[in-house]
Amino acid sequence: MKIDARSISVTLSGRSIVNGASLSLQSGELVGLIGPNGAGKSTLLKTILGLRHRTSGEVLLDGASFLEKPPQERARHVAFLPQERHVEWSLPAREIIMLGRYPHRARFGGPTADDRLAVVRALDAVDGHAIAERPVNILSGGERTRILLARALAVEAPLLLADEPIAALDPWHQLHVMEILRERARAGAGILVVIHDLALAARFMDRLVLMHEGAIAADGPPAEVLTPDLLGRIYRIEALAGHNAGESYLLPWSRRRERSSNDR
Amino acid sequence: MKVQLPYPLLLILLAVLAIAFGCLSMLIGPGGGPAEILAMLNHGDRDLAWMIVGQVRLPRTLLALMVGGTLGMAGAALQGYLRNPLADPGVVGVTSAASLGAVLALYSGVSMAFPMALPLMGIAGAVLCAILLQGLAGRGAVLTLVLAGVAISSLCAALMSLALNLSPNPYAAAEIMFWLMGSVTDRSMDHVALAAPLMAVGWLMLATAARSLDALSLGEEAAASLGVHIPRTRALVIGGTAISVGAATAISGGIGFIGLVVPHLLRAQVGHSPSKLLLASAFGGAALLMAADVLVRLLPTGMELKLGVVTALIGAPFFLWLIFRARAELES
Repeated sequence: MKIDARSISVTLSGRSIVNGASLSLQSGELVGLIGPNGAGKSTLLKTILGLRHRTSGEVLLDGASFLEKPPQERARHVAFLPQERHVEWSLPAREIIMLGRYPHRARFGGPTADDRLAVVRALDAVDGHAIAERPVNILSGGERTRILLARALAVEAPLLLADEPIAALDPWHQLHVMEILRERARAGAGILVVIHDLALAARFMDRLVLMHEGAIAADGPPAEVLTPDLLGRIYRIEALAGHNAGESYLLPWSRRRERSSNDR
Repeated sequence: MKVQLPYPLLLILLAVLAIAFGCLSMLIGPGGGPAEILAMLNHGDRDLAWMIVGQVRLPRTLLALMVGGTLGMAGAALQGYLRNPLADPGVVGVTSAASLGAVLALYSGVSMAFPMALPLMGIAGAVLCAILLQGLAGRGAVLTLVLAGVAISSLCAALMSLALNLSPNPYAAAEIMFWLMGSVTDRSMDHVALAAPLMAVGWLMLATAARSLDALSLGEEAAASLGVHIPRTRALVIGGTAISVGAATAISGGIGFIGLVVPHLLRAQVGHSPSKLLLASAFGGAALLMAADVLVRLLPTGMELKLGVVTALIGAPFFLWLIFRARAELES
């Protein structure tokens, strides 16, 4: 399955937020959507999902118009993990995950055996069985993120868009979430992740899409996107690159001095 | 409250409670207790017994159950939709609008000529309020809806004061005041027949929105990404509340705190699930209002207290106590 966003533009109260951005995601790949704050990453994600009105552009799912489909059908094909982690009522974690079955369930009646199994599989994936019965509001930030991720996985959609799933997590949880996403992609899901951590993006992603001022500045393997030139021009930073156990790594190191920006 | 009953058991328990208070309501009140009624039957006063039980107590009992159920269910639905435990049907202006319609019927004297004009105008007020809310809130956020509701409430309250102010004589003003206090006495089966279908439609609309309310616990964007049609959910909640609470208020006047307190009492018992809370609050509201209406008949006050006065007298301090108890949780 493949989703194709073509020349998406979004204008909000006269201000252009996304400007002709195109990006694609297909089954089996883990793609990072990166870019400085305010580049339009979240807006692009939400526009692809139909949560924001676009000024122009189209979104195709396997060649057919995605946004014309009824909401529940869209939801079964593309799952979304929003940045927002607040849950209003103190529901038990298992019930939160069951909400992921919403697009599969009828308006009335209890969950089916399929629904329950999907919840168990989602709990398996995030290693969450130990906290499944706890009220979500007493969970730690890391635990809550895992449960909300399990909620998105329980949809069992072929594609998943995740908005900053590792923001505000400790390194152990960041790595855990990245490993879960990596594993889901290996199992066949197509996953697009908005991510600020360039070191983890470089290490875990098959492909990176770099956004800048509403447009796509680069799209390709991490090594081709995280070049000193693009890091300098778009992120205004310098980074250290190195190798460890056969893998290359990247470490953001210093802000680029203003002088060099004048040199450009 | 640590013990959580299984959901079906909780529903059965609440329903039994409501029915038990309903039976009590059929047995006691002005006109005599079970012994007196039995005596009437034995002395061949069948007509009198029927009048007391069938024409006075039956509509009163049915209306208390229906109104209580409506207020509980609508309160739970609004708290779920607005994601705010302090919401009740009054917060979106539906109660005030229905009251204003009824007050206008009393003030203009239409209700003297045609008694059913009072509930009909009340319902019309609630429906107008819902249409206005839909128009004002547009596609907008929850906050717009609440602000619009507050504005509508204030306007209706001002117009009701105006009606009182312009009342031709103290009796007309007193009639309005008494009606506003809220009560289910002196209603007939005609009232039941008028309210029942409207309430049923409202309940169905709220029940249809139930599962979407669960998804909304994750926030509007996550819910929308799961396939929840947010504008349709709002239309169901606002429309269902307007029709059912509008009918309830038009029949019974202003009865507060049931819609606020009942969902609070039961939330932990249903594991905080907004959808399960709807039915539980409907049964709980019916039981609580029925109990309150039995209580006003047992209180040794010279004149029977109005039901709305008692629910507010018990409800408000109880709510303060709830806030006091939950203070730590609210502040965290």
